[in-house]
Amino acid sequence: MNSIELQNLEKSYGSVRALRGLSLKVPQGCLYGLLGPNGAGKTTILRIISTLLAPDSGSVHVAGKDALIDARAVRKLLGYVAQEVSIDKILTGRELMSLQGDLYHLSNEDRDCRIGELIERLDMNDWIDRRCGTYSGGMRRKLDLAAGLLHKPRLIVLDEPTVGLDIESRSAIWQLLLELRGQGTTVLLSSHYLEEIEALADEMAIIDNGDVIAQGIPHRLKEQLGGDRVTLRVREFSDENEASHVKKVLEGVQGVRQVVINRLQGFSLNCLIDKDEVIAQLRDQLLQEGFSVFSLSQSKPSLDDVYLQATGRTLQDAELAVAGIRDFKLEKKKSMR
Amino acid sequence: MTSPSVINSSFSSENSFFSELVQETFALTRRLFLQLLRRPSTLIAGILQPLIWLVLFGALFSNAPDSLIPGGISYGRFLGAGVIVFTAFSGALNAGLPVMFDREFGFLNRLLVAPLRSRSSIVLASVIYITSISLLQSVAIMMTASLLGYGWPGLTGLLLVLVTLLLLVFSVTALSLGLAFALPGHIELIAVIFVFNLPLLFASTALAPLSFMPGWLGWLAALNPLTFAIEPIRAAYEGNFDLGIILIYAPYGEVNGFECLGVLTFLAIGLFLLIRPLLNRKLA
Ligand SMILES: Nc1ncnc2c1ncn2[C@@H]1O[C@H](COP(=O)(O)OP(=O)(O)O)[C@@H](O)[C@H]1O
Ligand SMILES: [Mg+2]
Repeated sequence: MNSIELQNLEKSYGSVRALRGLSLKVPQGCLYGLLGPNGAGKTTILRIISTLLAPDSGSVHVAGKDALIDARAVRKLLGYVAQEVSIDKILTGRELMSLQGDLYHLSNEDRDCRIGELIERLDMNDWIDRRCGTYSGGMRRKLDLAAGLLHKPRLIVLDEPTVGLDIESRSAIWQLLLELRGQGTTVLLSSHYLEEIEALADEMAIIDNGDVIAQGIPHRLKEQLGGDRVTLRVREFSDENEASHVKKVLEGVQGVRQVVINRLQGFSLNCLIDKDEVIAQLRDQLLQEGFSVFSLSQSKPSLDDVYLQATGRTLQDAELAVAGIRDFKLEKKKSMR
Repeated sequence: MTSPSVINSSFSSENSFFSELVQETFALTRRLFLQLLRRPSTLIAGILQPLIWLVLFGALFSNAPDSLIPGGISYGRFLGAGVIVFTAFSGALNAGLPVMFDREFGFLNRLLVAPLRSRSSIVLASVIYITSISLLQSVAIMMTASLLGYGWPGLTGLLLVLVTLLLLVFSVTALSLGLAFALPGHIELIAVIFVFNLPLLFASTALAPLSFMPGWLGWLAALNPLTFAIEPIRAAYEGNFDLGIILIYAPYGEVNGFECLGVLTFLAIGLFLLIRPLLNRKLA
């Protein structure tokens, strides 16, 4: 059975088409990852699922309930941890959780017992009775997560839960998500970190430009690409000109696919090869054209290669393309109620 | 190590509509009071400011000619009702601020993903909070005024004062909450509050009687809702609890106590009806 079913979702913000007929199914009990660069539409999807936002068209079902008709039923069984932590700086963490418990109509005993449980589990004892305004980013996240879990939701939705966190806080959150999944909770999280999805997700979808461009089990997606991934440099730091020259040479070799220049890594080149023998041919060809091989590494394809295959650019490039263009302040202002 | 499980059996009890509504409203109201307790400066300023007015204005006009105030009462006594009403009024005018901050900082989203029985509880919490604070401030002013020798309306009078204030506070709270959802940010809201606040005070009978005003100002004051709250309270202070008595000799005619309270009631209901579609849309 599916915990979430989205069908043909369309959503525009003014002239920006954020979702383009997106459909997605998240199986029950699964830890499901949405991977995509900044601006792909992840937050929009998660806000629609959590009933904060209505799509322009399409259908949303959560645990069999139509979120566009019976929103309250969906809210009851879902926990939502937003991308931007929203806490009340003047309240203590405990008071905030207590408020949250009352908004979910827990009985006083259930609420206080559950708060104690989560404080223990997330190791929040030392600071939970301090005001939220004094918390570090990691503490805020933990508190936000605890608040989302307070009513024991069957489905927890997390929007980039580890952005900006130190490694320790990050792994604590990873641990918790895996534990939740182990106990039968459906976990849906978005991320633009490859490693996060690799480490956690049972199943995943890659979101790009408001649609799903690939979905399935992570290692399957990689296997489907076939072959190996090769990273190659003709010198330690090359330049655009030389790199594009090398690219042409590589594209001429049989068995080489998807050659791209990685500008962020000293103009190194990435490609996929069908079989090991291709490497020898590739070296020969480069030598003939007067290039020597400075370094060459071969590995199994990563999720980045899956993204590359589908979009023709790396996640990092996609990320850079929107960096500085998006006006988050304005977007926040526009999406204010 | 045995860590407590993150989920075991889920909470599933479904209580009655009413008890859940009370629970969520109470929790939201409690939050507002906690904020106030931790940041009491607004409360203190809200009580100090009118007290300063009472003392300063009272002193300023202590030598005013007897003809200024009809009925020959002292200016301090005359001013008391105005300051009480103004205190409640400016307190209620700020009702929208916490809501605006919740919108801006995204806390409202936390409330909106929760399965609230009714989203009116968000508005209701603000109304309960601001009404209690405004009435509390007003009573503090009344007690101080009585210590200053400006009189005390007695128990029946107190009741009349509170009912009048309640009606005014409801109206102004509705207005402020409406603005908090209609305006784009807290800067705009504060600007509007600032612009409304003092002119409404000066264009009312809080500081001077209608008979003292030039014609155009008299018209404004006679239409100003603050005047409809000030005059019944002033009458109560003079021991006049008969609402049938004419309280305002307005350019357009005479207004008695019942009519004053009627106007305030009408205003409160009207404003809530007016902001309802807006709230429904914003909280949908
Ligand atoms: N309130 C808004 N107003 C205008 N554009 C928006 C708003 N929110 C999001 N967008 C745009 O919609 C697209 C998808 O955004 P979002 O769902 O936040 O993506 P992600 O979470 O993957 O970064 C982006 O192009 C973004 O700039
Ligand atoms: Mg996002």
